[in-house]
Amino acid sequence: MRLTCPLCGERDRREFYYGGDAMALERPAPDAGDVAWNDYVHLRDNPAGATRDLWYHDGGCGTWLVVERDTLTHAIAKVTPASEVAR
Amino acid sequence: MANLIATPPFGDTLPVTVGATTITERPIERAASVAPFAGRAKAVSAALKQAIGLGLTGPGEWAAKGEASVIWFGRDTWLVIGAEVPESLQADAAVTDQSDAWACLRIDGPQAEAALARLVPLDLRAAAFGTGRTARSLIGHMSASITRAGGQGYDLMVMRSMARTLAHEVAEALQSVAARGA
Repeated sequence: MRLTCPLCGERDRREFYYGGDAMALERPAPDAGDVAWNDYVHLRDNPAGATRDLWYHDGGCGTWLVVERDTLTHAIAKVTPASEVAR
Repeated sequence: MANLIATPPFGDTLPVTVGATTITERPIERAASVAPFAGRAKAVSAALKQAIGLGLTGPGEWAAKGEASVIWFGRDTWLVIGAEVPESLQADAAVTDQSDAWACLRIDGPQAEAALARLVPLDLRAAAFGTGRTARSLIGHMSASITRAGGQGYDLMVMRSMARTLAHEVAEALQSVAARGA
């Protein structure tokens, strides 16, 4: 697997560290309630198909990335800096 | 104040010469990282250009003028080597002294490229990584800064604590390449 870092270009998977589902960027409001927070902290989808992950370019420039990829075909659809997604 | 004796980060592991390829220490006497605050990169670049004659470079690029060089060092971070960063810059950027924090060696010669191909997951050939290019990547398992030093040479930088490991890994790769009689 190779990821195209927006700063560094196409790099080997070994330079990246997996950071979990990109829903981590969609933090609920502090008063959103137990159901929303339980969902945010514990519940994850396990899709056969399109998914969004966080990856950290720790062996490179140090950028957090949101990677849209397909778990069936291993195709990478899009790589965006997390700083542009989480405003 | 006591007059302290500086010890080189690579100890007695360098220099190494194999055939016409050499690995030598590149002493860093003064270095500082410059990380502009959000939206302040242009101002920092202009101020730096006025002070040392070099502005901030684009991602994957570096520049030098006289003793001074500016190396792209990761996301929104640059390393200024061999020049004093003006104190006024601290209003617009996080400036951190990195002297003695990083160790630098140069591998130069006809087998430098082949030796690094064993350690670095990047295309470091001249066509893809020519004059003025730099990259953050891995050397073995070490996070490193790799810079095209001109001609067949590369400057490799790792955190000082890993200096001897770097010298050992690079020397071993170079000796292995040479042993194949390429």
